[in-house]
Amino acid sequence: MSNVTVNLAEREQQLPPKEFREVVFDVKDLGVSYSGAKALESVSLEVYRNFVTAFIGPSGCGKSTFIRCFNHMNDLIPGAVVEGTILYHGENLYGSHVDPVEVRKRIGMVFQKPNPFPKSIYDNVAFGPRVLGMDDSLDDRVEKALQQAALWDEVKDRLKAGALSLSGGQQQRLCIARCLAVEPEVLLMDEPASALDPIATTRIEDLMHELKRDYTIIVVTHNMQQAARVADMTAFFTVNRGEEGQRIGTLVEYDATSKIFTQPSDKRTEDYVTGRFG
Amino acid sequence: MNAVPGRLGHGAQRSKWAGRVFLGFLWLSLAVGFVTLGALLVQVFAQGYKWVDAVLFFEPPSTDPLIAGAEPAILATIFLGLLLLAFTVPLGVGTAIYLEEYANRERWYNRLLEVNIQNLAAVPSIVYGILGLAFLVRGLGLGRVLLAGAMILTLLVLPTVIIAAREAIRAVPDSIRQGAYALGATKWQVVWRQVLPASIPGIATGSILALSRALGETAPLLLVGALTYVAFNPTILGEFTALPVQIYQWVARPQDEFRTLAASAIIVLLGILLTLNAFAIWLRNRYERRW
Repeated sequence: MSNVTVNLAEREQQLPPKEFREVVFDVKDLGVSYSGAKALESVSLEVYRNFVTAFIGPSGCGKSTFIRCFNHMNDLIPGAVVEGTILYHGENLYGSHVDPVEVRKRIGMVFQKPNPFPKSIYDNVAFGPRVLGMDDSLDDRVEKALQQAALWDEVKDRLKAGALSLSGGQQQRLCIARCLAVEPEVLLMDEPASALDPIATTRIEDLMHELKRDYTIIVVTHNMQQAARVADMTAFFTVNRGEEGQRIGTLVEYDATSKIFTQPSDKRTEDYVTGRFG
Repeated sequence: MNAVPGRLGHGAQRSKWAGRVFLGFLWLSLAVGFVTLGALLVQVFAQGYKWVDAVLFFEPPSTDPLIAGAEPAILATIFLGLLLLAFTVPLGVGTAIYLEEYANRERWYNRLLEVNIQNLAAVPSIVYGILGLAFLVRGLGLGRVLLAGAMILTLLVLPTVIIAAREAIRAVPDSIRQGAYALGATKWQVVWRQVLPASIPGIATGSILALSRALGETAPLLLVGALTYVAFNPTILGEFTALPVQIYQWVARPQDEFRTLAASAIIVLLGILLTLNAFAIWLRNRYERRW
């Protein structure tokens, strides 16, 4: 763990100090329940621009539920109710007039299991721009997105080939390219590398380092070392038992990654990151 | 120490025999089905193959079996098939999309709809014939025309097409929809651009199988007014007959030659149906997706 500690300390020094951080999301007292059963409660934190923010914690602690709040993906689950506020550049994402389609244009998502469409590589990346009416100079958009996802060199000669012929790691980078093609501001990544082998995982992590220059990234991961490697800020969640024994997720601690991993304030965080449970 | 090799040789004799008897029973079941079907087919072919010729295809029926043909019947069957596809595919696929993508399962009317589709698939075809007679021929005043026949066959096979389309739509994994929504697509865009294209093979297979069933139906067509002696070629709003009805009419005639003619017409009908089914199977195999 020691050389990770050194890197963490270095990385903390590179972070802009609090006054210079631009807040992209201001989450206030957010809670989610599915058909009346509470799954997540009272989460409050700020997400900063061009940071990689990681959500870590044991399974069932609501991290995926939480990240899906940012782009209204919980709307697709019947019975899901979101309470509280998420301010996106000062505007409430859950205000009554907000159109989920507009939200998702600006906040993209990459899923745990790569889910390329059963179409060609080109049509996968072009799908977003086409449905959003951004279909001018489509070829350039597709190329730019694939370059940013570090996939262009591998597929430039076979853009018309089926997306399902790619390897797992390539498919996930294709999914990232798909998101980038619509020029979002934020990228949400729900355990993007957990279905991939270690080498593909490393490439995704390197990609996150590059992408954060232009995008704000939130990543959910159950892999602590990954959070330590890529994240600037880390939020640790845990599961509480409610009165009827149901599992409710809650935020324990949110701080710079190096602090979470070396000097956590809460004992539960310390137990988790040192592997005493998890 | 040497007990094990001996044991390995003689274990479970009784269950081996039980296995063999069971396999024998399976072969017997298969044989009964195939042999019966085979015998019927061979008999029909032997009787009718000589008269499957241009006369059969291009001459109208006649009281003289030597110059009688089935051209009006064959044409009508083809027209019915085309009209059927034009009606059932949009209606069936539309209903399936509504039920799978838009309907709120909790609502009572949607549940009622679902239960009734399953029920409709089990209604005997003659009931559809009576329905057609009452509502289309008499009620709507269409008269005993091809269009009424096509409409009633549509109702007959619509539940099958709906069920097949629903299966095809359901087979599209949710991860595809989520990926499309996450890119900012509206519900309509997700359905039209991702779900439907991915379910076309299943829908096509189901539609063709439904079509081939409908083309062999006789009872509803008889009730809706398919005449048994039609000497002119059919038009959509005119009186008509169809291949199964023509076969039925010929079989009922006293002269033996008409029986032979009927066998030839059966060969033609079987040919159409088997071709359609083979095409459906080819389609399914070619485009089957392994999600």
